[in-house]
Amino acid sequence: MDDKQIVHAESRRQFITFRSSEQEFGADIMSIREIRGWTPTTQLPHSADYVLGVINLRGVVLPVIDLNARLGRARTEANPKHVIVVVKAADRTIGLLVDAVSDILTVTTADIQPTPELARDDQSEFIEGIAVLDSRMVTILSMERLTASLVAAQNALAA
Amino acid sequence: MDPMEAIKQTYFQECEELLLAMEEGLLAMDAGEADDETINAVFRAVHSIKGGGGAFGFEALVAFAHIFETVLDHVRSGKLAPTGPVVNVLLRAGDLISDHVAAVREGRVLQAEHEQNLKAELEALTGEESASDEDSAPADFEGLDFTPMQICVDLDEPKAAGGWVVRFKPHAALYAKANEPFLLLRELAQLGETVVETDLSALPALDVIEPDQAYFAWTITLHGDIAKEKVEEVFDFVVGDCDLSVEPLSSPTPAVVEPIAADVAEVPSIATQPANAEKKEGPATSDAAKQTIRVDLDKVDRLVNLVGELVITQAMLSQRVLECKIPNASSIGDGLSELEHLLRELQESVMAIRTQPVKSVFQRMPRLVRELAAQTNKKVRLVVEGEATEVDKTVIERLGEPLTHMIRNAVDHGLETPEDRIAAGKPEEGTVTLSAEHRGGRIFIEVSDDGRGINRPRVREKAVERGLISAAAPMSDEEIDNLIFMPGFSTASQVSNISGRGVGMDVVRRNIVDLGGRISIGSVPKQGSKFSLTLPLTLAVLDGMIVGVGDQTFVLPLAHIVESLKPQKQDIQPFGRNGALLNVRGAYVPLVDTAELLGVQRRKSNETGVVILVESQGTGRLALVVDEILGQHQVVIKSFEGNYRHIDGIAAATILGDGRVALILDVDGLVTNCRNRLASNETLATGT
Repeated sequence: MDDKQIVHAESRRQFITFRSSEQEFGADIMSIREIRGWTPTTQLPHSADYVLGVINLRGVVLPVIDLNARLGRARTEANPKHVIVVVKAADRTIGLLVDAVSDILTVTTADIQPTPELARDDQSEFIEGIAVLDSRMVTILSMERLTASLVAAQNALAA
Repeated sequence: MDPMEAIKQTYFQECEELLLAMEEGLLAMDAGEADDETINAVFRAVHSIKGGGGAFGFEALVAFAHIFETVLDHVRSGKLAPTGPVVNVLLRAGDLISDHVAAVREGRVLQAEHEQNLKAELEALTGEESASDEDSAPADFEGLDFTPMQICVDLDEPKAAGGWVVRFKPHAALYAKANEPFLLLRELAQLGETVVETDLSALPALDVIEPDQAYFAWTITLHGDIAKEKVEEVFDFVVGDCDLSVEPLSSPTPAVVEPIAADVAEVPSIATQPANAEKKEGPATSDAAKQTIRVDLDKVDRLVNLVGELVITQAMLSQRVLECKIPNASSIGDGLSELEHLLRELQESVMAIRTQPVKSVFQRMPRLVRELAAQTNKKVRLVVEGEATEVDKTVIERLGEPLTHMIRNAVDHGLETPEDRIAAGKPEEGTVTLSAEHRGGRIFIEVSDDGRGINRPRVREKAVERGLISAAAPMSDEEIDNLIFMPGFSTASQVSNISGRGVGMDVVRRNIVDLGGRISIGSVPKQGSKFSLTLPLTLAVLDGMIVGVGDQTFVLPLAHIVESLKPQKQDIQPFGRNGALLNVRGAYVPLVDTAELLGVQRRKSNETGVVILVESQGTGRLALVVDEILGQHQVVIKSFEGNYRHIDGIAAATILGDGRVALILDVDGLVTNCRNRLASNETLATGT
């Protein structure tokens, strides 16, 4: 009985889900620090188009990236209805610009499917898998890989 | 960390403080301002260094400290007058002991040739008195070997034929200092036959015993023909931490007289002691009575950061309230202005935590001057002013090197030899003045000498020789003086081992600019030269010019800015493929569009913008075009590299009063950037 409970607890994960251009994404709740309204950013020179710039998060200079653009789609025209999800992963804190935050989701690991082979593209490295719940489909993103890629991608760009 | 290593580190930290205290005391003695307390302080410092060193087995250090201490003991007891030559030896001994500490800190043993000579000099100072005795006795203190001390037995001292009754009641402090009564009792037993009675009357019930309190007392009856002094000697180390009475073993008649005699004898000594103590505390309180704690620097930095944020939040709040058109006289307005007031005070106090007097750097300079004077055979007096001026710890840490350079320069190049000075009608002894003061939110440090001043024709000649300037260039005196800051410039015709090793004033200038400061030079031929430098009080803030480029706001470090100007159309000359040069009073400087460099949209053309002339290390000047100058502020430096990465041309970010982030431009980086871009353009051009 005890063993079962542990297995049970381990196999459950909680995600915060958010929408970005008609898609629903999930990020592990442990990596989310806070959710705040959009504020105008200060642009950073010589940066990739998905880097919106930096904002002041209570004294911390926080880089903000446009999730949609990062995943290879169109740049978001940010307006005050947009939301910045503050993520801390891989020892860095960054902000993700998304359309809206929708839900907190609890799923068992069994409900997470791997990305279908044929749907893979060069942005799939950020995708951990797909959570399927009734009729909904949520793309689970790896915050570690997303934040870590920011530095790697920038270095590659600079080189 | 290994616990032993941790203790060692603590010891070294203490050593630093002790060495500073020692140096300070020795300098006071040198200046003839020493009182008993100063000499005592020096003695204690050396003694503590020796004691700690012994515990770690630093033999060379301990051996030298011991000799040094012996001499100091003579000075302390008045056997040796601290005259000029004596203090001179002491100062050099102080330097050597610093070297010893530095050596053991690095895990090696100091090999100084002059150590033997200095040891001999020190021993010569005490030699006449009792070199052998003094040498052996304190060295063996661990063994409590008292035999050599017999010399000063007073013949008047009562010798009780029958023996002594010793009443000994330790205080808690005795135990706290790791003394062990048992050892004392055993020591007594070696003097003669003893009968020890333990007095347990003060011992409370088990449940109320305080483990760190002292409850026992002993009455020791000591039989034998023993000098009272010998008995008291046993308790020498604990005498302040216990109740002790030594009375002759009862032969009824003297027993009555003796206690009275003892009392009479005690009274004056008790009466004088507090008086002495008071006199000793008097001068010390100003310095020593300040209580301090050691705090992790990170904790302080966190506090500084948080307060900085509070100030920004408060500014934003005030701005919002203003926007809401709430009258200033309302309770909200009152509350806000009160908050602003408090926050400012809080910020100042928090910043003050990180500050230290510049004394810690200035204090190293007298030694430097002494050594330089000896090496160059010049007579130099160092005058230090304003050493209590406080500045951020990080600034202090990085001030040592440039100051050392400047003082070396002043002694080696600035001052003349004694003969030349006399010939020039100056006092034989040259003066180098080092001063510090607060001026307009910055620290202002000046190093001046009364030497020969800068030899301008020579400097000019040298600069032409090195190809730094053209022979025909018209130059003002000031411009010539500033040539000495050029990389690779050194006027010393012969390379001495003090200065002129290729690193010169250009390094000093780079150090100062890195700290966000500026350095300038003034010189009057035959009267001396003066280096002035201004530095920010802390490295966490920066004086910046706020400029607008397109719709973005940037901060340019003021330390790099030479001037700002409105260019005239005819001053801008096209140059190369896309470039342009700006004519600044006859000198042509590359004109660079900041917006283009940073990938921002421009609002104005080159002709209508403002040009800011910046100077970068080694690569010369650059004219940056910006749209407008918005103001000049002190900004708090915030790094974003932890969350992002380094961006070429951007040093850091800051948060402006309206809460928005502005980027601080890195002038050196921009120049390099600009140059690389030109280079890659060229390769592109040749490639196609």
